[in-house]
Amino acid sequence: MSTGIRIEGLTKRYGEGDTAVDALKGVDMYVAPGEVVGLIGPSGSGKSTLLKCLGAVIEPTSGRMILGDDVIYDDGWKITDLRALRRDKIGFVFQAPYLIPFLDVTDNVALLPMLAGVANSDARQRAVELLGALDIAHRAKGMPSQISGGEQQRVSIARALVNRPPVILADEPTAPLDSARALTVIRILHEMAHRYETAIIVVTHDEKIIPTFKRIYHIRDGKTHEEAGEGRALNEAEQG
Amino acid sequence: MISLAGRDIRHEWGKYVFTGIGLGLLIGVTLTMAGVYRGMVDDGKALLDNSGAELWVVQKETLGPYAEPSSLNDDAYRSILAVQGVAQAANVTYLTMQVRSAERDVRAMVVGIASGEAGTPGWPPYLVAGRQITRSHYEAVADVASGFALGDRVRIRRNFYTVVGLTRRMVSSGGDPMVFIPLKDAQEAQFLKDNDAVLQSRRRTSENPAFNRAGVPGLLDAVITSQSRNPYVNAVLVRLRPGYASDDVAESIERWQRLTVYTRPEMEGILIGKLIATSAKQIGMFLVILAIVSAAIVAFIIYTMTLGKIREIAVLKLIGTRNRTIASMIMQQALGLGLIGFAVGKIAASFWAPFFPKYVLLIPGDTIAGFFAVVVICMLASLIAIRAALRVDPADAIGG
Ligand SMILES: Nc1ncnc2c1ncn2[C@@H]1O[C@H](COP(=O)(O)OP(=O)(O)OP(=O)(O)O)[C@@H](O)[C@H]1O
Ligand SMILES: [Mg+2]
Repeated sequence: MSTGIRIEGLTKRYGEGDTAVDALKGVDMYVAPGEVVGLIGPSGSGKSTLLKCLGAVIEPTSGRMILGDDVIYDDGWKITDLRALRRDKIGFVFQAPYLIPFLDVTDNVALLPMLAGVANSDARQRAVELLGALDIAHRAKGMPSQISGGEQQRVSIARALVNRPPVILADEPTAPLDSARALTVIRILHEMAHRYETAIIVVTHDEKIIPTFKRIYHIRDGKTHEEAGEGRALNEAEQG
Repeated sequence: MISLAGRDIRHEWGKYVFTGIGLGLLIGVTLTMAGVYRGMVDDGKALLDNSGAELWVVQKETLGPYAEPSSLNDDAYRSILAVQGVAQAANVTYLTMQVRSAERDVRAMVVGIASGEAGTPGWPPYLVAGRQITRSHYEAVADVASGFALGDRVRIRRNFYTVVGLTRRMVSSGGDPMVFIPLKDAQEAQFLKDNDAVLQSRRRTSENPAFNRAGVPGLLDAVITSQSRNPYVNAVLVRLRPGYASDDVAESIERWQRLTVYTRPEMEGILIGKLIATSAKQIGMFLVILAIVSAAIVAFIIYTMTLGKIREIAVLKLIGTRNRTIASMIMQQALGLGLIGFAVGKIAASFWAPFFPKYVLLIPGDTIAGFFAVVVICMLASLIAIRAALRVDPADAIGG
């Protein structure tokens, strides 16, 4: 059984000496499998830094991180192949969809299993199933430039999900979308978390979606404070 | 796994193909330059082949007759004929000059050939039209490259010649078409001055008291005759009897005559090593510059295409694509560009080569070497872009 995400006493210092910046000063956080938590905080509070540490693209200074079944960091990386870790254990959703413009929708999603060595046809089948679950199967053959912003963001969610990672990190996933589409995207994240037992962290400023979280972490000055959220159910009527 | 490079090329094929065509024209020029050099070498060999000679006998210690002026007496061939192993020996003159017809004025190599029959060294070995020279004066056989036609009246110095036969690919090492005329005429042409000059020289001679002596009748006439006759030729072309080695015969001729003799390999060495050496270096320099320019173009295009994809590359890295995969994507694109360029270049070179005034010889060896050069250049050119791509930080995909 996956642990989801557990972070204990995580610190991150940028630079050294006089110019050093302590971006994270002992962060504790827990996200259960199937749960979506919000991560909010003012600009410069360390949200992106935390996501980068969890995403294994920058190295923390100290502390402990557990993703899924693995201790990935304990005052040092516990995993040698960070690329494979990112590919297999972590899904990323960004502010912009960042789809690969020269691959069609299906292959944008299928690329990840292909990179992991899954046969093209199997990878595509997985992609198509997921696109179906996200209600964009009819766009499967389109190119990223031919589909709408909301659709692109759903494709990027499919890409994040396709390798069935225990963890998804979403950095302001609704920022470029209008409120109806933003709510759709967040509903999909809730559904997918539930369906695939995925632990999801959503970094956001977006007032419209904050009430949908049951739990919220506030981050201020490099430290997190847990808070109960409204956990408001999403009704289909207000979505786009 | 799908081919990322292939998909990207398909996505941006317009830009890609147009760059490929541009590069291709450049590669075409490069292949043509190599062809020009090969053509020069081949012209030189054709010149030697067509002369029908196995030995060239020239003035002592000259590189004649093609690379340096050489002159020897026109009766030297008789004693050469007497040397053991010599089957045929024939006088020949070469003189590059303007040949005029009613319509055109052509720079040509006028070859004076000894009287005899077809097969005599120096004679054109085959004709594409007309016949060989049969009269001992005022007939000419011209190469088709001169543009002359059968029956044309062409003027060489003061005399007119009728074109009775046409040859193909009979050119000098400089690529000038050959015009064959009888030896006597050619000797005259080499020597003859215009009428005024003849009169002047005659007057000067007769005014010279050393030649115009009252007590010696006939002296002035003899002097004037000797002045207006040219007893020199540029070389004697020798064909050997079967069973005789050219080196041995060359040695015996040199031993008995005060002459220099070249064998076929020596003559080739002179033509290629001396006569066209500077042009070859010139072309080599061109090839180097063209290679650098091609590399710069490929490098620039691939680099720009890569910079345009920095965000995607960061995402690819973030989601776990290996550096190797990204590097090979970029290198494949560079190679793809090179392949398009090479194909276009090869087609372009083959298309325009026949329109060049001098012979352009595209040989498969050069094409293959060119292909590998393009591959290597593209691989090197992609390194800058690969370096840029590998330095992309996957953290950039997450942003601030
Ligand atoms: N590469 C870096 N080098 C030095 N300092 C950095 C670096 N990246 C971030 N910081 C600093 O670390 C702190 C946290 O930055 P971070 O990007 O995590 O904030 P954030 O919460 O994502 O802000 P925003 O909401 O504006 O995106 C800031 O003070 C920032 O200046
Ligand atoms: Mg940020």
